[in-house]
Amino acid sequence: MNRARTERRLGWLMAGPALLLMSAVTVVPVLRTAWLSLERYSLSAPDERAFAGLGNYGDILTSQAWWQDLTSTIVLTVTGVAAEFVLGFALALAMHKVLWGRRLLRTVVLVPYAVLTVVSAFAFRFAFQPSVGFVGGDFNWLGETWSAYTVIVLTEVWKTTPFMALMLLAGLVTVPGEVYEAAKVDGAGAWQRFWRVTVPCVRPAIMVALLFRTLDAFRIFDTVYIQTQGAVGTETLSFLSYRFLIRDLEVGLGSAVSVLLFACVALIASGFVRAFRSELGGAR
Amino acid sequence: MRRRIVDLLVTGTVAVWTLGPLVWVVSLSLKPPTSQHDGRFLPSSPTLDNYTGLFTKPVFTTALGNSVGISLLATTASMIVAVLAAYAVARLRFRGNRLVLGVALGLTMFPAIALVGPLFTLWTDLGLFDTWLGLIIPYVSFSLPLAIWLMTAFFRTIPWDLEESAQMDGATRLQALVRVILPVAAPGVVTTFLLTFLACWGEFLFAISLTSTEASRTVPAALAFFTGDSEFQQPYGAIAAAALMVTVPVVILVLLSQRRIVAGLTSGAVKG
Repeated sequence: MNRARTERRLGWLMAGPALLLMSAVTVVPVLRTAWLSLERYSLSAPDERAFAGLGNYGDILTSQAWWQDLTSTIVLTVTGVAAEFVLGFALALAMHKVLWGRRLLRTVVLVPYAVLTVVSAFAFRFAFQPSVGFVGGDFNWLGETWSAYTVIVLTEVWKTTPFMALMLLAGLVTVPGEVYEAAKVDGAGAWQRFWRVTVPCVRPAIMVALLFRTLDAFRIFDTVYIQTQGAVGTETLSFLSYRFLIRDLEVGLGSAVSVLLFACVALIASGFVRAFRSELGGAR
Repeated sequence: MRRRIVDLLVTGTVAVWTLGPLVWVVSLSLKPPTSQHDGRFLPSSPTLDNYTGLFTKPVFTTALGNSVGISLLATTASMIVAVLAAYAVARLRFRGNRLVLGVALGLTMFPAIALVGPLFTLWTDLGLFDTWLGLIIPYVSFSLPLAIWLMTAFFRTIPWDLEESAQMDGATRLQALVRVILPVAAPGVVTTFLLTFLACWGEFLFAISLTSTEASRTVPAALAFFTGDSEFQQPYGAIAAAALMVTVPVVILVLLSQRRIVAGLTSGAVKG
């Protein structure tokens, strides 16, 4: 009994600093953000600071910028994650199946993961830039909405597919080999085995990988900053918040965008968790 | 035989796709300003001028110093806190177990931009804006979840008997952790340190929002503000060279510890 108590106390002592650091840097600022979002507060005119209630939210939700940035964030997230998922699954299968050159394959896959996001953003921007790059010829890829989306998504896909593939590989290695053998004996073709055996078995890994990548993609900032600065309709929600806060020093408006972005992320996460739960329940 | 060709073809394709952009940056960094606009993939007359030029510019060298210092300090602090917490989660019976992992999970989903506003105003009030400490604090907090997760996974792979025999010999829990467990977990500690360092090293949003001068600007932020000799000429070669200087060392480190990184990242996914 006494020993259990000292163990509990030691546990809290050892985990305490981590808990404190993780919550201090989030909970306190979040409350502050929530409070600031209710104020009309611009650092360029600090004397005019006043309580504004939900005024900032009203201004933002009726502005064109919010809806356009929400749309581009969704477009980038959905296309990016979909492409990463398909490529990542193929890559995970390759890492799982390939025998010749397996070590080389598992090594080169990690390269994009180790490259800084800023560097990959520059690499793709320069590659597509007229008169510098070798890809686009004279066409200004980053000068028009849809081609700029393409370059941004391509950059993100290059950078994050390895992560997706590794998460899916973790699921693939847990599939018992006997199940495949049994399916083979029963006359299932390669395609059937993939859909009927592989996919159901790695479903939890798929959900985790999709959840992490979707939330990450929804917060996209670095690539947009380096490649377009939000021009030609490629501005995202994170960038909008940054623009208000740091460039325009509109603390109130920027905080309100942050809170709304936070709400979007929470909504996505809870949606995933709900889907994930019912799935786990169904499997049992 | 056919199997072998298919395998090598797959590996080759993946290698070209993953290495291509990096090779392109290398090639751009070797181009002299006169052939920057030739639109070729490979440089026709390679030169190292872009690299030597970097070290004559304090913009790059001070940023490099800031990057190394801030990332090392933040990673070290984060590791100490994470090792303690991970040991408690993996080895001790107390109710905080799930709380620690839950808070860590919540924090990884947290949009960092939501902190930029409050930190920007708070740091200005406290005099932490544009200082090393002003970046180190958020870096420690944001790198903790990954470090705690990885270390918990590594601690769980270590057999129990090791600690029991240490405690038999009269060592306390903390002594057992430091003298017995950590040496065995050394590979895990190194891998976690590397991945945590990587996260701080490449961080961009805080780096541009919470700094304003060379006093604390890290390389990713400095790259975004790089200008050439004249303001209107983008220094493509210099940016490429600087980008490589901060990329190649970490890529090599990551590749050297490839096997353990794959194990670490995937173990997190299964348990997550």
